[in-house]
Amino acid sequence: MSTSTLPHAGQSATTEAGMRLLSGITGTHPAAGLPAHLGQWGKLNLRQPGPTILRELEASGLVGHGGAWFPVSTKWRSVVSGSRRRPVVVANGAEGEPLSRKDAFLLTRAPHLVLDGLSVAAHVLRAHQAIAYVPGSRLDGVNAAIMERHELGLDPVDIVAVEAPDRFLAGQESAVVNALSRRAAIPSFVDLRSIRERGVAGRPTLVQNVETLAHVALIARFGADWFRSVGTSRSPGTILLTVSGRWERPMILEGELGSPMRTVLALSRSDLDGFGGALLGGYGGGWVTMPTLYDLVLTEDSARQAGSSLGAGIASLLPRTVCPLSEMADVVRYMEGQGAGQCGPCVHGLASLADEMATLAFGSPRRGDHVERILALCTLVDGRGACRHPDGVARYVRSGLTVFAEEAKSHLRHGPCALTRTPDAITPNRRVSRYVEERHS
Amino acid sequence: MSTWQETLVVDATVCDGHGVCSELFPEHISVDPWGFPIVDDEAITPALHEHAERAVASCPKHALHLVGRRC
Repeated sequence: MSTSTLPHAGQSATTEAGMRLLSGITGTHPAAGLPAHLGQWGKLNLRQPGPTILRELEASGLVGHGGAWFPVSTKWRSVVSGSRRRPVVVANGAEGEPLSRKDAFLLTRAPHLVLDGLSVAAHVLRAHQAIAYVPGSRLDGVNAAIMERHELGLDPVDIVAVEAPDRFLAGQESAVVNALSRRAAIPSFVDLRSIRERGVAGRPTLVQNVETLAHVALIARFGADWFRSVGTSRSPGTILLTVSGRWERPMILEGELGSPMRTVLALSRSDLDGFGGALLGGYGGGWVTMPTLYDLVLTEDSARQAGSSLGAGIASLLPRTVCPLSEMADVVRYMEGQGAGQCGPCVHGLASLADEMATLAFGSPRRGDHVERILALCTLVDGRGACRHPDGVARYVRSGLTVFAEEAKSHLRHGPCALTRTPDAITPNRRVSRYVEERHS
Repeated sequence: MSTWQETLVVDATVCDGHGVCSELFPEHISVDPWGFPIVDDEAITPALHEHAERAVASCPKHALHLVGRRC
């Protein structure tokens, strides 16, 4: 994929000073090579003892930006203390969620920041091996960056790039370990703590999202106080967001945590009528109403209070010109197909959910309790898989049927609405920009 | 003071929905419309411990586990 098909880096909606990972990235410039990277950020100092860096990471309050929001220092410590064998560290760039593009963007435009972070992890955890697990479309670019670093001897261990399959679940932590152990890239029935003790090749394994590692690279340079100089005390720093549906094309934004969402998304009250609702956190996230979105602050706490999650930093606004039930039916069908096919309740439950959602959206449901039956299916699948895939779909459907309760009622009564279209298969590469294409076609 | 509690856990990746477990141990295991077990997360009382063990031992796929934890 060429860079032109990627979304543009947005001007940070906060301030230029609030830009960190994206500072220096503008327009459609190609990836920064190593000289430009070193010119901008300076060389990483890996002479600092590992425990010192780990204490800085803890003081920074950095959490994982792959969707789980787990404290980074806690995770690293559990790998450190897990075993005497030297660990494997993995930069996880398998961004399976179709509404997210920030990881691909970062790997394209600032690969050295990500690889610096991986290098810090390898140093602190005294890793035996460092792996960049990235989509096929980013493999050449990342390999070129690795070669540049190799020539200067920048990394404590050689970094190897491995291709991540283009599947929704390919980035799930146990799926990553399976993929790197030459098994299918699907989740296992494991306690994630056990991966930190016995993961790739039986070694303790750290799997960390690429954006998180980019933050690590900056904290290792500038320290915890610098990191905490933006954001709030509970949610320090910045976050990358993939925003779709809002503007003519999807945007990657860097937002200061704690900023008003309306500022980040440049929403005024008059914009609210143009959208039916917003999906936060992607297809495993949750829908919120526009007034709720307008009053949110950019923190995971705030999103969770609204019954949703920022997930991997996703905000997707649904224009009023799109039938929300058609949209939801397409997404649930997609999520059914993206399951690993291992767990009975997920296989059968998501198939039934997709059928019932399709009937609600495109057909003529004959029974008045159709929505209740869909909600009962959500309860039936929630928490019943080895991974969180069915739980995410349940949250997506429940929240959507709440936000779009009126539309659901109208479909029940009158069948498809004027905006209803035919079922449409979701293709990950096109999905993120679909609404706006529709609006402009 | 911490106590030891046991709960049942299904490895859904290997469970094929034979249904033996729910027949042997309906106190804590029901089945969904597709025949897969729904295990509640209630602690197993000592009185039912043997029943739980029998359900675990009877699973043809070894998908059912009795997990102990301190709480």
